[in-house]
Amino acid sequence: MEILILLLALFVLSLFLGVELITKVPPTLHTPLMSGTNAVSGITLVGALLAAGSDSSPILVNGLGFVAVTLATINVVGGYLVTNRMLAMFKRK
Amino acid sequence: MNPTIVSFVYLVAAILFILGIKGLTKPKTAVRGNTLSALGMLIAVVVTLLDSSIVNFNFIIAGVLVGGLIGAVMALKIQMTSMPQMVALLNGFGGGASLTIALAEYYSKLGQAPASFAEILTPVVADANAFGQGVEGTIALVSIGLTVLIGALTLTGSFVAFAKLQELMKKSYGLPGGPIGNAIFLLAAIGAVVMLALNPGNTLAMVSIVGLALLLGLFLVMPIGGADMPVVIALLNSYSGIAAALAGFILGNTVLIVAGSLVGTSGLILTQIMCVAMNRSLANVLFGKMAAGGEVVDADEIYAGKVTSAQPDEVALMLEMAQRVVIVPGYGMAMAQAQHAVRELADAMEAKGAEVEYGIHPVAGRMPGHMNVLLAEAEVPYDKLVEMDRINPTFEDTDVVIIIGANDVTNPMARESEGSPIYGMPILNVDKAKNVVVIKRSLSPGFAGLPNPLFAMDHTLMVYGDGKKAVIEMTTALNQA
Repeated sequence: MEILILLLALFVLSLFLGVELITKVPPTLHTPLMSGTNAVSGITLVGALLAAGSDSSPILVNGLGFVAVTLATINVVGGYLVTNRMLAMFKRK
Repeated sequence: MNPTIVSFVYLVAAILFILGIKGLTKPKTAVRGNTLSALGMLIAVVVTLLDSSIVNFNFIIAGVLVGGLIGAVMALKIQMTSMPQMVALLNGFGGGASLTIALAEYYSKLGQAPASFAEILTPVVADANAFGQGVEGTIALVSIGLTVLIGALTLTGSFVAFAKLQELMKKSYGLPGGPIGNAIFLLAAIGAVVMLALNPGNTLAMVSIVGLALLLGLFLVMPIGGADMPVVIALLNSYSGIAAALAGFILGNTVLIVAGSLVGTSGLILTQIMCVAMNRSLANVLFGKMAAGGEVVDADEIYAGKVTSAQPDEVALMLEMAQRVVIVPGYGMAMAQAQHAVRELADAMEAKGAEVEYGIHPVAGRMPGHMNVLLAEAEVPYDKLVEMDRINPTFEDTDVVIIIGANDVTNPMARESEGSPIYGMPILNVDKAKNVVVIKRSLSPGFAGLPNPLFAMDHTLMVYGDGKKAVIEMTTALNQA
């Protein structure tokens, strides 16, 4: 239960931090912000790896894990690459 | 690997994500920020792979190869004009990943999985403490149920958004009863989450959550029109983050919670910005009908005999004399792929001594910042892209405004006509400029379905035709002048 409260505290504080950070992003960078945060939300890959690689008896768990790894990897690889592509255009000049 | 070290590495990863987003607050530091964020992802993944509970690498390798290939091809091939579609798909995949993780965690804790399709629906007897003791078990099950719910509706909702943006789905469909129908679906899904929390072995409840949420995602987005997509995409972006944060609660994983809540707030703030820019509430965008209410305005009455049209070379003569020109792009510029042509026209005007800036309305295009990315692609320096609040006071000193593919965001009815559905929406006050040039295919109305009195004003010239072609002709004429 105490761990849960700690996680909840982390969650709430992160929300406040998020508001502080995101409101400072200029409108010009809102599209890269969206694709960049998509890449960050690919952090679910961490959970997906644990499910896909687990030694659990129902093979269904590994199967679901495989799907999760695939989807999260698309987000991570696709998200960071496309964000980088866009930001490089803003940097030039 | 020692759990303390793992937790510590996750903390470092979370810090790198935060620094990554902080980098995005300035165009100059943005690329570095993105790299830091990617580095955080890399170390989080590597330290997870060292976890002793991972014994089977076949599924992991296969998933990373397939996902990596799809992601890389998408990212490198996608055209900048199609960026909203890309983000819609990424939102959907994020929701799908959280959905499948929650399902995997459910069947893993349950310790039994259906052997055949029929068994999916058969309730099983579950160990009462399989998901934790007492309240903790209940909370774990509610977290799993909610992650499945939000993940699944983000998945299908995003695919509908993609289909709309790609113009695969042109009509709007919805549940009979509209918002009430959706509310019934949502309540039913939440009811199924409660059933699951009461009896973890109730696999039928789990299947119901998945099914209802997948349908809800479809029904929520199908009725929403193309020009409201910036709000929908931002909102789905937020959902994908919330789903990730909830998955973090299921797994007790700190970095998932931090990253997920950052993404969740980012999407919510962008949603809010988009709604303010349209002077509409979120509920109105999601469930409302744009043109409802207000007196019907007769387009013929506004336009009859008052619209002046011009050829591109006539406009070029006017541009040659101009000291200050503001270009106002809209979705039409993206449709016509005219961003490079527009930049060349701006170059030609600058060569003749004019000052050129771009006025960007927050909801121009199909996603937040869409126009900025297109113009950046065409190598327009970002300091020339000026937000609405800063460009509006300058229109009175502007000789020519060139509007390409924008309509509702320039409609003076938003400012003056109290009965109008768009009354109160902040607009670009282009009508204050000395001359206005509108490049448009015809006088057809924009998304709001309203005529635009701007087109009938004495100082407005309409240039009919394809945006790209018209702009190129203007540039050629200007260069010859």
